[in-house]
Amino acid sequence: MSTRAHECLMRMYLEEHNLESYQGSIPRWCSGCGDNAILTAVQRLCRDEKLRPEKTVFVSGIGCSSRLPHYMKTYGFHGIHGRALPVAEGIRLARPDLNVFVTTGDGDCCSIGAAHWIHAIRYNMNMTVMLHDNQIYGLTKMQVSPTSPKGLRSKTTPRGAFLEPLNPLTVTLGIQNASFVAQAVDWIPELIYEILSRAFHHKGCSFVRIIQRCPEFLPELLDPWLHDPNRTLLLTHEKGLQVSASLSRVYKNQREHDPMDIDRAREIASAGDPIPVGILYHNPSVPRYEELHAIEPLRTPELIQRGLEAELDKFTIWPQEEAG
Amino acid sequence: MCASTLAEIGPAVATGATRSAKQAITLSEHVIEIISDSGEGAQRCGQSFGAIAARMGNGVWTVEIIPAEIQPPARSIAGASGNRIRIGTHRVTNGGNEANLVVAFNEQVLLGRVRERELKPGCTVLLESMWRDHPDAGIAAAYRETREQLVRDGYDVREIPMEQECKRLVSDPRRGKNMFVLGMLCSLYSFDLQLARDQVAFIFGKKDQNVIKANVALLEAGHEWAESNLDFKYRIPAARATEAQIVVNGNTALALGVMASGMDVCAMYPITPATSASHYLSEVFENVGGIVHQAEDEIAACAFAIGASYAGKCAVTITSGPGYSLKQEAIGLAVMCEIPLVVVDVQRGGPSTGQPTKAEQGDLLAACFGSHGDAPKVVMAPSSIEDCFYSILTARKIAETFNMVVVVLSDANLATSQQPFPRPKFNEAWLAPPVNQDPVPEGAKPYDWDPLTGIARRFVPGQPNGMHTLTGLAHDRLSRVAYDPESNEEGLRHRSLKLAALQKSLKTPPLFGGEDGELLVIGWGSTRGAIEEAVGRLRAEGHQVSSLHLRFIQPMPGGIGEILKRFKQVMTIEMNWCDRPGDELIDASNRRVSALAMMLRARYLVDIDCWGEVRGQPLKPDAVCRVISNKLVQGRR
Ligand SMILES: Cc1ncc(C[n+]2csc(CCOP(=O)(O)OP(=O)(O)O)c2C)c(N)n1
Ligand code: SF4
Ligand SMILES: [Mg+2]
Repeated sequence: MSTRAHECLMRMYLEEHNLESYQGSIPRWCSGCGDNAILTAVQRLCRDEKLRPEKTVFVSGIGCSSRLPHYMKTYGFHGIHGRALPVAEGIRLARPDLNVFVTTGDGDCCSIGAAHWIHAIRYNMNMTVMLHDNQIYGLTKMQVSPTSPKGLRSKTTPRGAFLEPLNPLTVTLGIQNASFVAQAVDWIPELIYEILSRAFHHKGCSFVRIIQRCPEFLPELLDPWLHDPNRTLLLTHEKGLQVSASLSRVYKNQREHDPMDIDRAREIASAGDPIPVGILYHNPSVPRYEELHAIEPLRTPELIQRGLEAELDKFTIWPQEEAG
Repeated sequence: MCASTLAEIGPAVATGATRSAKQAITLSEHVIEIISDSGEGAQRCGQSFGAIAARMGNGVWTVEIIPAEIQPPARSIAGASGNRIRIGTHRVTNGGNEANLVVAFNEQVLLGRVRERELKPGCTVLLESMWRDHPDAGIAAAYRETREQLVRDGYDVREIPMEQECKRLVSDPRRGKNMFVLGMLCSLYSFDLQLARDQVAFIFGKKDQNVIKANVALLEAGHEWAESNLDFKYRIPAARATEAQIVVNGNTALALGVMASGMDVCAMYPITPATSASHYLSEVFENVGGIVHQAEDEIAACAFAIGASYAGKCAVTITSGPGYSLKQEAIGLAVMCEIPLVVVDVQRGGPSTGQPTKAEQGDLLAACFGSHGDAPKVVMAPSSIEDCFYSILTARKIAETFNMVVVVLSDANLATSQQPFPRPKFNEAWLAPPVNQDPVPEGAKPYDWDPLTGIARRFVPGQPNGMHTLTGLAHDRLSRVAYDPESNEEGLRHRSLKLAALQKSLKTPPLFGGEDGELLVIGWGSTRGAIEEAVGRLRAEGHQVSSLHLRFIQPMPGGIGEILKRFKQVMTIEMNWCDRPGDELIDASNRRVSALAMMLRARYLVDIDCWGEVRGQPLKPDAVCRVISNKLVQGRR
């Protein structure tokens, strides 16, 4: 073994991984904001997976939720509204060695970035996408979002939202190449962790919608679900989630669901209430764009020169002798 | 004034055209057009003709003639598809003036070119005669009327039975006529037939021998027919090239530049006239380990390129006007986060969807000042096909040295024009360095702006100790969101300083012509050839006019202010809009001037005039001559 690789292993062994290793600046979300639960879950995940902070990138768009990368002590890319996914795709394509996470909001993903959402699912590049769905625009102070329930009073719909909400799960499950679709709720942190962990281990684009409370603007929106555990439906399966005994005592409404069954997954996603929590769909064999279309890892100057000269040959007019 | 110094070409009238009696008229240059309905192969014919001329050692410039629609109806006035080839004894730097000789596969496409004033009055027309006796009486009548009208107007129309002649050799003459025409032209311009055979073998190289044979037969038949039936012949003397040259259009040159620069990723969304660069790259980029990503839209393409570049693999995104507009917000992000990025804008007519296949230089100000807020970026414009290749190398290097966005402004003229240039000799220094994965030194900050140059070394994911979150929000040196007045000003100041630092390393561009005089013409981008040709011609007539061509427009190299002072008058010539001083409402207080003129006036406080044309066509040297002459007269008043 070369010294370098040896040193590397030593360092990994010696390195301690604790939560602080992943904690960046102090979160500035409102108290009680569901984003905090999601942050804690990903920090735990990073610790438990011993992810090297320098090899991990959190990419986001713009919104309250998109502040998350700042609160991690990894690399982060807090870009522009709606465009987290294409940025993350570029990173993934360039660097197969990095762990790529994407944080996006319901406005970010399902409205301004909706085109990218559809195509990200279709590309199925290896990354973990967390949709923080608070059903409102938080950062810009309470405008209606595509996932807001019909009738919701917001600053731009003072007399109530006009349209039925878009369902991020049914949309995602309708896109060709969907390979991992799951749902979590911020009030069951244990399952955010479990689901994100499954998502992380899936090789492909894992899409996790996390229903997230915004106590600042919609303090009561999710109360009916919080007060009645039976309005949460846990999806369990030997290939999906296994739920702890303590959790099962509270959330008795459970159902076996085979995550390979896309038709059932679509049915469950459409029902909506009770809110399904768990892995709706998982297909590990969907091809990934970065495998089908990869940058050659060993791009030596010789390779480039050879390729270039071959192309120049096609267009070259060599000096010619005058015909006799 | 401005009379052409070239031999004037009238129709060559030789009596009793026998092969031996034909005397080749010697010319210093000629402009030839070959036009047909699309799909009839006039483009391939024209390109091959240009390539053979280049093999002969002639200077060549070819331009595609492209209809706006994919499949315009057959025989339609707006449907002309083909090529314009300008051939000269010496190097040719632009498409030249109106055509001297045109080959038309039907009279309607010919009519289109007449109406666009692209043909020299009285020029020679070689017209397919099959329509004369067409079973459809309407078509036959249209043909006869048009021919008669052209003859009345003084054109030297020669009716050629192309279809009939080709039928002797192939069952579907529609698919072979272009090689027959190529043979005819080789005879008319006294080209070496063997070079033409080689060229045919080269273009059909991938096909089987029978295809090559059939096409060579057509070529020879065309040659033979012209030798026996046409009573004129030209010769444009040339010296065979002594070094290897490559013949490609501007878009292929851009793509070759991308390969040669060691970039890894080209992210794009299809748009005319930029797409052909990506088509070609899609074919060949993998051979050197790179990839072309066709994104879902231009915003995604730009964001994708930014992501790849952020992660250490330098990326380019290639587009045209409407796509450039969509990328603006993401370009601002790259500026704010100081991510190297090369953006190519192959300009077309605008605004909005504008004229997709036509040339214009309307995007300069959008490139320099686009994206909201102050978003300093480098803007450069190649001025020749060769420069398309080298500009990409330069752009990549600047982008990565300064962590900046570099916009390369080509246009539809360069995109589809071909001009031979010396074959580039590969240099390892062209390549991007490998991704830096070294640990970041203790205490280093993600934005350690150098106080002098504004440059900060950037940390790439994978570098231990370099963890930070990039943000498009205002930030401090640690890349933390910071709205305090000092941090904001500090960021803006350093991002701006980088342009000054780059400017210090740029050389003052050389003057074409003299060091001082009555008039200085300033241009940028694809118009260089036409401007310099006109200036050269007028200087030969004794006029004190010079020109200056800017490759870097932002930052503008030093030394220009001093040059301006040495000329009595200064004007820009550009292919974008400026208000016409003659229009009734237009005066000095409201006249909108051309883009470069506006920038120069602002910087140098000199009363710089401008002239612009937005006809969608490349500038013609004659037109430039007229403009300059008028300006000289004005200046003497
Ligand atoms: C191009 C653009 N348009 C609009 C905005 C303003 N904006 C910022 S965040 C946001 C919506 C955020 O909502 P969501 O994505 O649901 O995130 P949340 O704040 O709820 O987490 C909007 C409209 C912007 N930053 N950029
Ligand atoms: S506004 Fe809502 S979403 Fe934003 S931080 Fe506050 S509680 Fe969270
Ligand atoms: Mg939201």
